[in-house]
Amino acid sequence: MKVKTISRSEDEFTRERSQDLQRVFHNFDPNLRTMDKAVEYVRAVNAAKLEKIYAKPFIAAMDGHIDAISCMAKNHNCLKEIFSGSMDGVSDEFCCCFVIGVMMSSEISVSMIVIFVDIRLWDIASRRTVCRFPGHQGAVRGLAASTDGSTLVSCGTDCTVRLWNVPVATIMQSDNAVDNTLEPRAVFVGNNAFRAVDHQWNSDLFATAGARVDIWNHNRSQPVNSFEWGTDSVISVRFNPGEPDLLATSGSDRSITLYDLRMVSPARKVIMRTKVNSIAWNPMEPMNFTAANEDSNCYTYDARKLDEAKCVHKAHVSAVMDIDYSPTGREFVTGSYDRSVRIFPYSGGTSREVYHAKRMQRVFCVKFSCDASYVISGSDDFNLRLWKANASEQQGVLHPREKKKHEYHEALKNRYKNLDEVKRIVRHRHLPKPIYKATILKRQMTEAERMKEQRRKAHSAPGSIVTQPLRKRRIIKEIE
Amino acid sequence: MGAKEANGDPGDVSFPPSEEALVNELETKVKKYQRGEGANLEVLKDKKLKGQLSVREQIYGISATAAAKAEKWLLTSSGGLLEAEGTEKTWRIKQEAIASEVDILSTKKQYDIVLPDLGPYTLDFTASGRYMAVAGRKGHLAIVDAKSMNLIKEMQVGETVRDIVFLHNELFFAAAQKKYPYIYSRDGVELHCLKEHGSVLRLQFLRNHFLLASINKFGQLRYQDTSTGQMVGNLRTGLGRTNVMEVNPFNGVVAAGHSGGTVSMWKPTSQAPLVKMLCHPGPISAMAFHPNGHLMATSGKEKKIKLWDLRKFGLLQTIPMNAKTLDFSQKGLLAAGTGSFVQVLGDLSESGSYGRYMGHSMVKGYQVGKVLFRPYEDVLCIGHSMGWSSILIPGSGEPNFDTWLANPFETVKQRREKEVHSLLDKLPPETIMLDPSKIGTVRPPRRKEKPTKQDIEAEMEEAVEAVKDTEVKNKTKGRNKPSKKAKKKKEIVEKAKRPFLEQQRKEEERLARKKQKISKEIELPAALQRFAPKKPSA
Repeated sequence: MKVKTISRSEDEFTRERSQDLQRVFHNFDPNLRTMDKAVEYVRAVNAAKLEKIYAKPFIAAMDGHIDAISCMAKNHNCLKEIFSGSMDGVSDEFCCCFVIGVMMSSEISVSMIVIFVDIRLWDIASRRTVCRFPGHQGAVRGLAASTDGSTLVSCGTDCTVRLWNVPVATIMQSDNAVDNTLEPRAVFVGNNAFRAVDHQWNSDLFATAGARVDIWNHNRSQPVNSFEWGTDSVISVRFNPGEPDLLATSGSDRSITLYDLRMVSPARKVIMRTKVNSIAWNPMEPMNFTAANEDSNCYTYDARKLDEAKCVHKAHVSAVMDIDYSPTGREFVTGSYDRSVRIFPYSGGTSREVYHAKRMQRVFCVKFSCDASYVISGSDDFNLRLWKANASEQQGVLHPREKKKHEYHEALKNRYKNLDEVKRIVRHRHLPKPIYKATILKRQMTEAERMKEQRRKAHSAPGSIVTQPLRKRRIIKEIE
Repeated sequence: MGAKEANGDPGDVSFPPSEEALVNELETKVKKYQRGEGANLEVLKDKKLKGQLSVREQIYGISATAAAKAEKWLLTSSGGLLEAEGTEKTWRIKQEAIASEVDILSTKKQYDIVLPDLGPYTLDFTASGRYMAVAGRKGHLAIVDAKSMNLIKEMQVGETVRDIVFLHNELFFAAAQKKYPYIYSRDGVELHCLKEHGSVLRLQFLRNHFLLASINKFGQLRYQDTSTGQMVGNLRTGLGRTNVMEVNPFNGVVAAGHSGGTVSMWKPTSQAPLVKMLCHPGPISAMAFHPNGHLMATSGKEKKIKLWDLRKFGLLQTIPMNAKTLDFSQKGLLAAGTGSFVQVLGDLSESGSYGRYMGHSMVKGYQVGKVLFRPYEDVLCIGHSMGWSSILIPGSGEPNFDTWLANPFETVKQRREKEVHSLLDKLPPETIMLDPSKIGTVRPPRRKEKPTKQDIEAEMEEAVEAVKDTEVKNKTKGRNKPSKKAKKKKEIVEKAKRPFLEQQRKEEERLARKKQKISKEIELPAALQRFAPKKPSA
């Protein structure tokens, strides 16, 4: 007779000393884990709920400007720096008079009035202004930093382009940094007001947009090149990150124009039904760009094929004011006149995320941070707002076990994302009432339009009415 | 093998047998963790989906292999065994003989507790098998630490106790007493009196769902959520009084055996039984489920034990044996107790048929009321009229426990952590269903699309083609005329056509009726009446 029974001695299965870790044993036998599929499903639902619970995207508001933020620029060389320019130049004289009038009795020197500056350099980590760049007489409309981060270019409605030396990060960390004000390195004067500026990748060239597109060099006070196509003013300009000589502009004649610096004249132009407010190139697929349109949609185009948009991104309910791509090229952020910021996947028809705050007004400019984990928005309420790009992401250094848990939850959500309960929880976003109502209204309007088209088609000769897809419908013509 | 071929050594390409055996062993183990066949991706037309799913299948394969390797190399303990040598038979081996062969720790697991005044006893274990709750019919309740044999709490409730069951951990237990079931804490404090359940005969606890299921003497099955106190289900079995009720651990379905010989299976969310099967000609005396959920054992008063395959609800085996109580162990041994005798059956030849494995006779006059295998141990506990006993059944328990599932060496901190996690993973009562693998899948479209007229015609032609060429048998002389043959052939074709034509006719009739109905509904003004379609004359 051979006999053996299970016998576990306590020493083998428990820890020796109280400082030791508890011993852990695994047995993955499916018979021991009954109903594992149901348990996994319940966990997926819980993971979706937890994601909602922890979805707190707003980090901080940075105030300091005394008028709406009109433009921002990233410093590609320093992760925590961002430049912002505001509209307050417009009311500068008025402000000065007002302040002088109020302060006259206390004999305040005129130099104090210089405090009304319009460009600021922010330290995002401490959420403070570290440096100011005063000088513009009117609203600052465009900001761009050179690739090495040493030069800042600004332009405004006062018909000037100003070049600034950006102080190095170590100096800015001093405590009295707030008092740092800098003089411009150079001031170039143009004939017309400027609307936008962008810097070329890895060179001294930058382009301004206004009555026409001007190409400037850091060292010359006159533009090295000028482009003009039609008489309408140009409102935004953006260099291609992959092909440095290529740039795209949008004009108030509702056009998107492509330029090549190596050629004498502009290359191509497409005219849409509504104006394009801003353009952003996809950094990972540099032939594609996305245009933020006045008709509340964004249109992704292939620069080689402009007769049809690749994708229409519909979610906003009012004009989209600004757009910026994540450095990963997988998503982009938009700011809109409907007081919300949205994040879209690069090939998705609708937004992944919508951010809004009670006091946030019309958003004029948005930027994705250089590490793709934050979003910064500048709005009409004089504030810059810092948001997380992933609303429920845990901040700070993660314990490996925490990281594993997050990954597990992510995998669960992904696995069950098509099931009703999980989908409903994951998709739900609370919207402010005006946006919510406007969304419904917009949906009704498009539906009514569609129905009308459908009926008209049904009562016409077959083939006489051709329905264009939305990707084509908003384009009037393409000009070579 | 590839390396050998590359070396250009054609002489000997076979593995050493041990290596080949290893590969085979791993393959069988991988199969266990794959949980069924992979999806058939060949039928998919969507290339993107196909790619995504094939990646997924690969991941499943990798994880199954990893689990199989972990089982091979990381699971330290091997199970118990009992092997007869020579002319010995395993069922003739006595407990005394086993006791002399095994280690001292194991001999401690053989004992008898004699409490003649308070019996017959019933018992229950926690999921880890560490704690045991015992209840004497006359009102004696006790919680025992089965590992150290410490009595944790003992009390007298002073009335009939019919059943006892642990809730999610050893801190709480429920006892079915004379009028109502009660919930007690480990310290013996009465926490709840569950008056709604009435006079309960049998209690069961569904650990994944936190549901306490009870069946009372009016045959009413009730489910109560022990975490929220909510009454989840109140079902009327309508099959009379019974104290045979078991939970299928595989899917959480509760089965009740009735005096008419039927077994009915229930879920809390539907009033009608999921399954009602006639298992025995007489009353059912006991029932048990295999841990993998595919096997059910029932015993009837006609002295037969029957094994049922729950995947096709078919009878597998009938064993002529009387059993008042049945229980399956984690490794699939079946214990049956009757009178003062306990028989353990096992599927020893792995052929699917159960045969004698071990037996144990108690002192004459003891009446076995309950047999229960202790989880993760080679121990069978027997509750009888004179107390309770514990015997060794080698090979009955799962040798390797999982710390995160059921830990016999659980500390207080681990228990607290586990409680929180199990509450987070608490399943809603809707997840109880016969096939739990359906959860998380997409329901197929409910409505079948109606075949169009063309489809029906095509189908009809196909059917006609199929029967056209059938050879008509030659009949006897005189009946074999060509005209008759042709007539017969025609008849066959007509016969094949008939169901389709009938279907068409019915459809047309339905449409006509519908049209008529619509025309009736529209009351035309008198001036337009003449344009209305004419009604068919009666």
